[in-house]
Amino acid sequence: MVLKIDRDLNRFQEIIKGRIKRNLKKYVSKGEMIGKVGNDVVTIPLPQIEIPQFRYAMQQTGGIGQGDGEAGTPVGFDSEDGSGAGEAGNLPGQHILEVDVSLEELATMLGDELELPKILPKGSSRILAEREKYSSVYHAGPESLIHFKRTFKEALKRQISSGEYDENDPMIIPIKQDKRYRAAKRTERPQNNAVIIYMMDVSGSMGDEQKEIVRITSFWIDTWLRSQYDGLDTRYIIHDAAAKEVDRETFYHTRESGGTLISSAYRLCNQIIDAEYPVCDWNIYPFHFSDGDNWSGEDTKQCVDFLKAEILPKSNIFCYGQVESRYGSGQFIKDLGEHFQGSEVVMTSKIDNKDAIYTAIKTFLGKGK
Amino acid sequence: MPLPSNLEDVQREVIKYVEEFNLDPFPVIFELCDFDQLYEIASYGGFPTRYPHWRFGMIYDHLSKGYKYGLQKIYELVINHDPCYAYLLKSNDIVDQKLVMAHVYAHSDFFKNNALFQSTNRKILEKMANHSTKVRELSDRFGIDRVEGFIDVCLTIENLIDPYVTGNYEAYCNSEEKSRHPEATFRHPEAQPRHPEAQPKDLSQIIRTKNETIEKLPKERDVVRFVIDNAELEDWEIEILSMIREESYYFAPQTMTKIMNEGWASYWHSKIMTERALKNKEVIDYAEHHAGTLAIIPGQINPYKLGLELFRDIEERWDRGKFGKEFDECGSYDERQKWNLRRGLGREKIFEVRKIYHDVSFIDTFLTEDFCFKQKYFTYSYNRRSGRYEVIDRDWKKVKEKMLFGLTNLGRPIIYVIDGNFEGKKELLLSHAHIGVDLKIDEAKDALAAVHKIWKKPVHIVTEVSGQKKLLTFTGEEHRERNI
Repeated sequence: MVLKIDRDLNRFQEIIKGRIKRNLKKYVSKGEMIGKVGNDVVTIPLPQIEIPQFRYAMQQTGGIGQGDGEAGTPVGFDSEDGSGAGEAGNLPGQHILEVDVSLEELATMLGDELELPKILPKGSSRILAEREKYSSVYHAGPESLIHFKRTFKEALKRQISSGEYDENDPMIIPIKQDKRYRAAKRTERPQNNAVIIYMMDVSGSMGDEQKEIVRITSFWIDTWLRSQYDGLDTRYIIHDAAAKEVDRETFYHTRESGGTLISSAYRLCNQIIDAEYPVCDWNIYPFHFSDGDNWSGEDTKQCVDFLKAEILPKSNIFCYGQVESRYGSGQFIKDLGEHFQGSEVVMTSKIDNKDAIYTAIKTFLGKGK
Repeated sequence: MPLPSNLEDVQREVIKYVEEFNLDPFPVIFELCDFDQLYEIASYGGFPTRYPHWRFGMIYDHLSKGYKYGLQKIYELVINHDPCYAYLLKSNDIVDQKLVMAHVYAHSDFFKNNALFQSTNRKILEKMANHSTKVRELSDRFGIDRVEGFIDVCLTIENLIDPYVTGNYEAYCNSEEKSRHPEATFRHPEAQPRHPEAQPKDLSQIIRTKNETIEKLPKERDVVRFVIDNAELEDWEIEILSMIREESYYFAPQTMTKIMNEGWASYWHSKIMTERALKNKEVIDYAEHHAGTLAIIPGQINPYKLGLELFRDIEERWDRGKFGKEFDECGSYDERQKWNLRRGLGREKIFEVRKIYHDVSFIDTFLTEDFCFKQKYFTYSYNRRSGRYEVIDRDWKKVKEKMLFGLTNLGRPIIYVIDGNFEGKKELLLSHAHIGVDLKIDEAKDALAAVHKIWKKPVHIVTEVSGQKKLLTFTGEEHRERNI
């Protein structure tokens, strides 16, 4: 069914992307919703436009809460804006629930904002792939798909409400009407062959914090891409003065320390592509993370030439993320910027701290480019 | 989609209880909706059709994301209308629908009887549809960007109306109870005569000299009306501004009675469900839903919870005679706790309260020290040293003061028009009635620029920044700021 709201929603999204009504762009703010993964609070981006009005300057003046605790007890929420009495008059009639969000679900949420840029139908499997996902619950179904937890919950509810439940001798016996079954939902999606090649600088100039940032960034890109694209190949390369291919586990946990020759990684990357991923059959996405401190200008020049001659022509897009360097010059991103100015194939992003990780991911995978 | 027969039965049952308890609602027409329909209507402020504007899409984006990720859920929607239209989520359980119907009937009773709503347009559904047609026509003629752009700037001033003067409510309040309860008054202390008298001649002189005098000048609270009457606007612009003003007046009473209205509806759904309608097997689902509605949200006031508890507290106090001079002067906590004169006036009292109060007077009159203590309210604020929000204290007066500040004028600064011919050059002079908190100046400047797009000549606002009176000006080309 086509909703009337679609037109307004569409227009809102166009404004957010800056395609129309650019005068409103300055009022776009990055609102967010709070979700949870384990004990970590995560946020779901929720852009909004605030029309300027005459409002009070009331940042962080707090508000009114309800519950136990002496003066000095922290209020059980963690948010930038202290929305309290100021909003009592116009809260929408909704309930805020706290929910656990799995990594996979979180990746799906990000999916509304992200995409693998410029992906093309390639390879033999250019057909629509049908997938079944057991994500629904029905009242009827084959016994092999019975959802035990739901079934027993229903039985428990029934027994409690009918007074059959004895807490001293709990015995839950589901009857037919309690039974719940998992049911499949069918989805179709095109299958495109794609390979992601992650390269990470693990040289001595990278401090623990820098490595941490790189790992988090590539971890999220990796998690998200895996949830979105079937049959995605991933390869991992670490390098200091020499490059080597490693498995996923090693990639995220290794600690090395040596000099830095970025070209070594690019050469290995190119070897892998040539040997295993013919361009006609694969979408190729190299990601490289480093602190931008290369051994020499000479090596940087080699890198640039090598990118131009070999890697870029084969890649859909080449992403480079640079973390703040404590010791080095951070020169590499500038060099790339210089040589590939205006290039649509090379994306670079500076990741100065953990807060910038999300922005970097958006730069690489954000929609609407 | 109209109700299936099993829900019609539920509706008939609920109506029976509604009548038994002497609620006096408009007739209610229920419709079942899918989630996307319900969320669409919610985004349009409860109406199936509104004029096209991107902000409704934004609201939809936020509401539907909250629903999809399981963070929040709307069970029902009801609009102030005769007959009352209410939308139910199709996927609700029967027990949810029953609860929601009881809740809706109480809202309908509140719309029909509360004084603030007496002058609202109860046939606005058609008007909203007309507004939609109008805006579409205008967009065809002048282009979407131009029309929507004008709506954008109008939204800057949409709240600058006179929400406490919405009609004949004083007569309405006076009709029965007022004489017996002189403390109940609807006249807001800020309420001013609606039409400014002739302007004093040399206003700029007054501003330059001493500014106490500015408070004594006649003021127009209804900035939108003043602009419609006095700005050099094209006909279609007047149509749009008038439309926005009309809708603002329609929605204002709902914002001004949010706590009471939700409290009243929760009071009645709880009473009807627990004392009449609930079947044994429904108890768990009901309890879960009810607890969810009344859950304490960290760091916020839940209007459902506050309103419900306050209505219950009032009922108990008037049943036991816990009011009046003698009770107020009783200093012993134990004695106050045990106080019971068996007056039995509770039910009568809450019906009166729902008729003649709004959130500000409701909190001001009935939020007592005992109530605040029992409900464990506290004020909190941000502690820079620990980098977190912390409880400050439980002084009920501070809690009340903070609540009232957030509710007065809907928590927004009060802005008047002082002059439409400032300095004799047809410039617009606004004034911010400073009550202790400064304006957000950057945003105020943007707002001023938006007002300029409507007024089309230089616009000014008198305000106060860190204790210094200032005149902010937007000339059309630049922002100016000077001390006065």
